[in-house]
Amino acid sequence: MESKITNYSVPTEYQSELGKMNILGFWIFIAAEIILFATLFALYGVYHNRTAEGPTGPEVFVIRDVMIQTILLLTSSFTCGYVITSLRKGNVKSANIWIGITLLFGLGFLVMEINEFIHYAHAGLTIQTSAFGSSLLTLLGTHGAHVTFGVVWAILLAIQLVQRGITPITASKVHIWSIYWHFLDVVWIFIFTFVYLGGLM
Amino acid sequence: MNNKTHASGVGNIIGYVIGLILTFAAAWLVLKSSLATSMKWTIISIFAIIQAGLQLFMFMHMSEGEDRDTKVVHTIYAIFMGIVVVFGSIWVMTAGHPIG
Amino acid sequence: MDIKWDQILIIEEPIMFWTFIGLIVSTIGLVAGLTYFKKWGWLWNEWLTSTDAKKVGIMYITLGIVMLVRGGIDALMMKYQTSVPENTFLSAQHFNEVFSAHGTIMIFFMAMPVIFGIMNLIVPLQIGARDVAFPKLNLLGFWITASAAILYNIAFLVGGSPDAGWTSYFPLAGKEFTPGIGNNYYYIAIQISGFGSMIVAINFMVTILKMRAPGMGLFKMPMFTWTTLITCLIMIIAFPIFTIALLAGMLDRIFGAHFFTVADGGLDMMWANLFWLWAHPEVYIVILPAFGIISEVVATFSKKRLYGYHSMVWAVIVISVFSLLVWVHHFYTMGVGPTVNSIFSITTLAIAVPTGIKLFNWLFTMRKGRIVFEQPMLWALAFIPTFLVGGVTGVMLGMASADFQYHNTLFLVAHFHYTLVGGVVYAVFAAFYYWWPKFFGFKLNHKLGNWHFWLFNIGFNLTFLPMFFLGLDGAARRMYTYSAETGFAPLYMLSFIGTLIIAAGVTIFVINIVYSTLKEKRITERDVWGTGRTLEWMVPTPVPAYNFAVIPKVEAIDEFWHRKQTGKEFVNEKEIKDIHMPSHSWLPAYIGLAFFISGFLFVWEFQALAIASLALPFLGMAINSFQYDDGFYIPAKEVIETERKDRGEQQWKAK
Repeated sequence: MESKITNYSVPTEYQSELGKMNILGFWIFIAAEIILFATLFALYGVYHNRTAEGPTGPEVFVIRDVMIQTILLLTSSFTCGYVITSLRKGNVKSANIWIGITLLFGLGFLVMEINEFIHYAHAGLTIQTSAFGSSLLTLLGTHGAHVTFGVVWAILLAIQLVQRGITPITASKVHIWSIYWHFLDVVWIFIFTFVYLGGLM
Repeated sequence: MNNKTHASGVGNIIGYVIGLILTFAAAWLVLKSSLATSMKWTIISIFAIIQAGLQLFMFMHMSEGEDRDTKVVHTIYAIFMGIVVVFGSIWVMTAGHPIG
Repeated sequence: MDIKWDQILIIEEPIMFWTFIGLIVSTIGLVAGLTYFKKWGWLWNEWLTSTDAKKVGIMYITLGIVMLVRGGIDALMMKYQTSVPENTFLSAQHFNEVFSAHGTIMIFFMAMPVIFGIMNLIVPLQIGARDVAFPKLNLLGFWITASAAILYNIAFLVGGSPDAGWTSYFPLAGKEFTPGIGNNYYYIAIQISGFGSMIVAINFMVTILKMRAPGMGLFKMPMFTWTTLITCLIMIIAFPIFTIALLAGMLDRIFGAHFFTVADGGLDMMWANLFWLWAHPEVYIVILPAFGIISEVVATFSKKRLYGYHSMVWAVIVISVFSLLVWVHHFYTMGVGPTVNSIFSITTLAIAVPTGIKLFNWLFTMRKGRIVFEQPMLWALAFIPTFLVGGVTGVMLGMASADFQYHNTLFLVAHFHYTLVGGVVYAVFAAFYYWWPKFFGFKLNHKLGNWHFWLFNIGFNLTFLPMFFLGLDGAARRMYTYSAETGFAPLYMLSFIGTLIIAAGVTIFVINIVYSTLKEKRITERDVWGTGRTLEWMVPTPVPAYNFAVIPKVEAIDEFWHRKQTGKEFVNEKEIKDIHMPSHSWLPAYIGLAFFISGFLFVWEFQALAIASLALPFLGMAINSFQYDDGFYIPAKEVIETERKDRGEQQWKAK
């Protein structure tokens, strides 16, 4: 499919057929991601009490750090919104600055998460400890791996924005990345609510 | 195509503030309030769903573009099936032979 | 890791040794042949890097046929082993490996690639498109599936074959009970092939939703396209469940996690739960396209519009939703209690209703039609009663209380072979005979086709009908032998003879392909069968790279039939413009190789190295992100020449 522009009256990312198809394809992929994380939640839901000899959730959760992680990711999602706003205003420089800010918050989240994993390991909770440990750390780890992937992806896209400017294709790529980034925040909301807050009740 | 509101960034700020409020409210509810556990579950679940909806519609631009209907229907179907997977699994694995 | 050399290369048993020698000789032969005839460049440029959906489709089907032979040999070995009591042809361990390989290969590397191949060939043509939405991604899907297939297939020589069945149930499949690395192949190869399926699903959903010819609303799409769309939807929903289940299983085996272990809080039945949450929809993933094929064939050779088109579409949609709500019927005997079992019994029986609607629609399509008994129609006619037997026995198994009797017997095995062979394989054969001439420009020989059809049908029923009775008599599945006192011997022997007849049928099919390629009359008419209804019959035969010289404007269901009836022209030469085509790409082959290397390291439990090697496929994705290739154009002059060449020999305006 060609990347030529077929419609000028819409935001840049929807101007080419290829851009539109990429965005729709990614939404279809998001549905798969929803099921992927749902399955991880199912595992956690079944296993959350099956702690064997290892520590339980309330024994290891540090709610202060979790709140910081939540705010970092929520803020990165907020700043990510301005990437799209900048794109639609046609401002490459400001788009890249917002990508940078978003990634800083994302990296902050990752540092906190690694810190959290180290804390759990010290408290005697690894994926080898119990079914609870396996399901919790796989859920968090899968989410963390997604965030890491998102960071690398955004850096590659920022380079392309500098190289090529805002075209229907680069705009659709950045738009797709922003969908992905917000989606990770959605997943985190559910982890925060059902894993941490639910675990502390 | 209504992209003015998105370009202004006002929606962003509103979404962000509501998100923060809901996050803190949920944490306060669970940690400090004295509501019944089932009540807490209900409220924080609703908060989570509202936040997810905010992200989907205000940040992820789910309801724009010519494929709007496809995106919305497909995503809602996936959410429905996700719920089936989570609660179906828990139900099947706990009914009949209590675990844990 | 303490693994001895004889565990790495398993060639001690004579069968293994000779297979190993045979593989080496045939590989050397293939390489030598390609070198001698100087075909390496042709193979690489025309096929392995080609983003043309038709070529990708043919590669998928080739993979599927090779795997059909591999899985078929497994079946013959099993049937020979059980043909007489106390047979010693295979050891218990070897038998376990063979039935595991048979199931896994037939589902993942035979049925799915063949179905994907047919989708690639047919869907763009049926919707009046020149290509799929993401051609490069499409090729990547093939490469990932192929590298997963190779990874799984080397297992039996390199490290040992998985031996816990195609369902690979825990705790048997866990490290406590199968300590070697053999079962790792299952979790990793299947995981990789799952990525390929996901790619196919996304690609074809976008293709069908966005690239239909103008005027073709959703309810003007041909049935095969409809079933492909819904199949893709099921894949999107079902495959991620399996991705996580396989990930958890792999973490258990390789990283010492406790998802499905008996100790430390794990629940082995959670694997069964997640497995069937995916695997029941999987059945519909392969059977729905088969329904689509049968619908096309029945309508074409009855010279009538498909009866109850709308009810057919809705039946498919209802099936797709229900397919995800019945998974517990695979483990009623887990002891989950009467409430759960009853509910899943009801959902299971409910699914028979839309399936019944489809059967009646096919029958009513044929009613008062002028049936032409060409090869595809023969397979469609055999499909209906065979699949019905599979469906009815499925209803028997779906009743929870009765299921306790049949559970884990050969009755079940016979049931799902009647649905999967009688359903999918029959439909695939119908599709081969039906669409073959469109792509290769000659029909498959009629006489040999008849031999293939009758041998396969007689052999199939002779193999599987006795298994219903064996199962009811108490023969459990997956038993490598039995004593003479059981009285099973005669029926087992009958079943073995049936398998030989099937093998003869498949051999004749392969001979038919070779014979027809050399001898059959070349044809260039667009409407190969003379009764084509859908758009694929409107393009030249064999199909040119660009599919449609001019994208048609669709006015009716069965647009091609409509045009023949109304005398509307197929192509207006004046409208032909330069046609855009996607470029070839080497990246999919690279990413396929990267997944293979990474998968191999995971299988061999080099944990750190394996995780680091995941950078290889991601590197491919990063390179891809920087490639802005806009493809190339076929000049209008060339297109007109191709279209005219074909025009001379056929009556241009039908009727």
